[in-house]
Amino acid sequence: MMNRSLLAAVVFGSLTSSALAQDPQSFDRVERGRYLSILGDCAGCHTAPGGASFAGGLALDTPFGKLVAPNITPDRETGIGNMTDDEFVATLHEGRGHNGRRLYPAMPYPAYTKMSEDDVRSMRAYFKTLQPVRNEVVSNQLPFPLNIRLAMVFWNWLNFTPGRFQPNPQKSAAWNRGAYIVEGPAHCGTCHTPKTLLGGDKTAMPLVGGTLQGWFAPDITTDTRKGIGAWSKEDLAQYLKTGVNSFTLASGPMSEAITHSTSQMNDEDIAAIATYLKDSGVGGNSAKPTPIAASDNAMRAGAAIYKDNCAACHRDSGTGDTGLFPKLAGSALVQSDDPTTLAHVVLSGTRAVSTVGAPTAPAMPAFDWRLNDAQVAAVLTYIRNSWGNAAAAVPAGAVADQRASLTKTP
Amino acid sequence: MARKLPRKDVVIVGLGWTGSILAYELAKQGLDVVAIERGPWRDTATDFPPGYAQDELRYGVRLDLFLRPQQETLTVRNNMTQTALPIRRFSGFLPGNGVGGAGVHWNGQTWRFLPSDFNLRSHLEERYGADKIPADMTIQDWPVTYDELEPYYDRFEKLAGISGKAGNLNGVKQAGGNPFEGWRSSEYPTPPLKQNYGSALFAEAATKLGYKPFPRPSGNISEAYTNPLGVTMGQCTYCGFCERFGCGNYAKASPQVCVLPALMRLPNFSVQTESEVTRVNLDSTGKRATGVTYVDTSGEEWEQPADIVLVCAFSLFNVRLMLLSGIGKPYDPVTGKGVVGRNYAYQTTSGVSMILKDKALNSFIATGSGGMMIDEFNGDNFDHKDLGFFGGGYMGSGQTGARPITTMPVPKGTPKWGAQWKKAAAETYNSGYGISTHGSSYSYRDCYLDLDPTYKDHLGRPLMRMTFDFKDNEIKMSQFLTDRLAEIAKALDPVEMTASPRKGPWNSTIYQTTHNTGGTVMGADPETSVVNRYCQSWDVSNVFVPGGASVFPQNHGYNPTGTVGALAYWTADAIKNRYLKNPGPLV
Repeated sequence: MMNRSLLAAVVFGSLTSSALAQDPQSFDRVERGRYLSILGDCAGCHTAPGGASFAGGLALDTPFGKLVAPNITPDRETGIGNMTDDEFVATLHEGRGHNGRRLYPAMPYPAYTKMSEDDVRSMRAYFKTLQPVRNEVVSNQLPFPLNIRLAMVFWNWLNFTPGRFQPNPQKSAAWNRGAYIVEGPAHCGTCHTPKTLLGGDKTAMPLVGGTLQGWFAPDITTDTRKGIGAWSKEDLAQYLKTGVNSFTLASGPMSEAITHSTSQMNDEDIAAIATYLKDSGVGGNSAKPTPIAASDNAMRAGAAIYKDNCAACHRDSGTGDTGLFPKLAGSALVQSDDPTTLAHVVLSGTRAVSTVGAPTAPAMPAFDWRLNDAQVAAVLTYIRNSWGNAAAAVPAGAVADQRASLTKTP
Repeated sequence: MARKLPRKDVVIVGLGWTGSILAYELAKQGLDVVAIERGPWRDTATDFPPGYAQDELRYGVRLDLFLRPQQETLTVRNNMTQTALPIRRFSGFLPGNGVGGAGVHWNGQTWRFLPSDFNLRSHLEERYGADKIPADMTIQDWPVTYDELEPYYDRFEKLAGISGKAGNLNGVKQAGGNPFEGWRSSEYPTPPLKQNYGSALFAEAATKLGYKPFPRPSGNISEAYTNPLGVTMGQCTYCGFCERFGCGNYAKASPQVCVLPALMRLPNFSVQTESEVTRVNLDSTGKRATGVTYVDTSGEEWEQPADIVLVCAFSLFNVRLMLLSGIGKPYDPVTGKGVVGRNYAYQTTSGVSMILKDKALNSFIATGSGGMMIDEFNGDNFDHKDLGFFGGGYMGSGQTGARPITTMPVPKGTPKWGAQWKKAAAETYNSGYGISTHGSSYSYRDCYLDLDPTYKDHLGRPLMRMTFDFKDNEIKMSQFLTDRLAEIAKALDPVEMTASPRKGPWNSTIYQTTHNTGGTVMGADPETSVVNRYCQSWDVSNVFVPGGASVFPQNHGYNPTGTVGALAYWTADAIKNRYLKNPGPLV
């Protein structure tokens, strides 16, 4: 059995922490902070498309209203140049920023609270080295009364448990490192864990998938049908590194996470994440429902629509082409309870992420101009119940809702 | 007055196959590269979604992807006694427009020239005697050999995922491939396409007559493939919409499918679209280029300084840019002196159309470069001793689709419209069948390109003038090839059959091919070539014409793209491994 403090040291990569502590701006500490900012996907929100790095400006559409990620360069007036180191730590660990101001949990402090203080201080050291960029960002664009930050005291009381990550001595160092990254800096649950009405994590159902911004972030538990149970560790690692594996291609919000974060992680950390996710202890083997019969009206219509619109790329067999057209047969996402992503992709189309390892970035075209709600529903019902797939029929109303919301915020 | 932009290491004129290959190779080398492209940005995901990419009216008939004459056209005539007139609607050949260039709208037929094509003149002189070559035929040896280019053919084929069957692996003949091809260092990256029924019938008939048919090497690929740049291509669906169309299935090799996803990720590369380069600028000595000047769509003029200028436009427009920029001496057909515009050549195509008995060919299941071919009558694969001509071509069942607007075969004598025509069209659509020859076009003293004395473009610059006709040699060659093809057609026992060998005069209003070659030819002698063996200008050593078909000394019996791609890689290596180490003339 590994000594517990040694295990912690491996998990946090902090064997040299005493040396680091002596010089808060040592190269090693800054470099570690830079890497932690990748693990934390800080750029995913705090860098606007085409904007200066970390100068803020990416608007996040939450169910409660709009929040804009602030400027976190060390500019004194518009960035975090005036923030003390202790305030920075409190921001990530407690959701309290400069002068104790309450943050909204769009900033994933409920996950960052798991990070070790040493890691947080390393990130701080890195952010101090950035070029200050003057860019005024009005973060809080929520409607009254949600724009009153003090409301977060109440929210935190209900939904937020501060505290550092506790390693599990029964598990390997790799598993613990993976768990630390997933639960802490990488804040996977921020999207992949379903939310309560108030936007807090449904803590009893971690990583089973959540709906946000018009996408369903899929189930990443070990469930073989709905989760990543059918993926090997290598499949997971390839997906995180390149955005592509033999099952699928990343698009939508995950392509941002892959671009700014996972594709730049080192191979050991990616392997650790895969080790953890394949053994996270969440997710069972959900019972397979009875597929809808091929003779069903929606299925028959869907089959014809599929042949005309989808089969050229996804093939009659639903197998697609690796690296180009996702496999629909056996796909967990295709069979997920929540068809939000499916309707989104068929209506608006989407484009896969481009990475060094998989630069192609193929696209799914939009079909909103040629398929009506009933037709989209029928073809989705068809792909969810063909080639061994089985899932509930998609009602036309769900497609109509998605179409309406995409019209508002494409 | 042009506004001056910050200096770049390399400026590339035109972002098609050669431009994108050179851009990628040089940007990977660390150079700061910008491409200036006359036409629009084009991208598979946004411009060719399969939901509407197969729109024959928009792309096949109204020519959506092609150059508009108002952007640039040229004047044409058959001989020097005529007055050339401008093409006001491109139809005889169709220059592309926009990012990807001809690599977007091509059929995907990807050949290598024969080893003996590269030393054509000396080979023919040796085998038949110098006096047998017509006096006005200005064919010449290439300054590179097949053996030198082989690794570069291989690289281009691997970039583009070409489907095919090798006929000669390192000198060892391979069953099922082209027995006449030059040696190949490796098998094609992907296996041959499936053949449609018509091609299977052709192969059967050709085999009976003693020929060795083989699948045409194809840029529409047979199975998913990831190229050395990490870019993934899809499997061809045999939709039959290749030539004149973009491919929405990532299945037809193009700069967008094979290069741009990797190229556009490089931070030291950028592209300026909808901007036309008007000239390559030279310093006061005229020996060194300082960059290019271009005009954007608002009419504003920009100067892009650069250390290296790569002229990568479509072959005809490479020639015009060199003429307008005063690089190299313009060719004078009267004295035979000068080089720019010399040795323009084309392609000599012909066909045999048939209606087959009781056959449902389903020719709409097709792909632009599918088909079974024979190569017995290409180049000097056959004895020309008593034939009265040189050259040749491949032939075969090159049916590339049966798109309904432009493919409506009817029996002879059918009225051109009305109920009878409709009835005949319906009855014949599935049994009409065309096979074709694809022949060489050698160069001649009076077939050339120069600046027109009368007509100007919208920027006030003279149009280029093309003087071209089919010569006796090519007409005899086409007759011979078409006769051989007709023999195979007869073996198919058609209900009716029409053989159409190529006849003069060349007619610019009937589509034949867009394989325009020559004008800035490569050679070993600056008196008869514009660029040296590294595609570098003899006169201005920091200007390269990296392998557009304008560098071909004459045109051979194959489609040009394979050789264009090979020369692009050849030039990229010469710049990387030779020029950058010691800038200046490489020869």
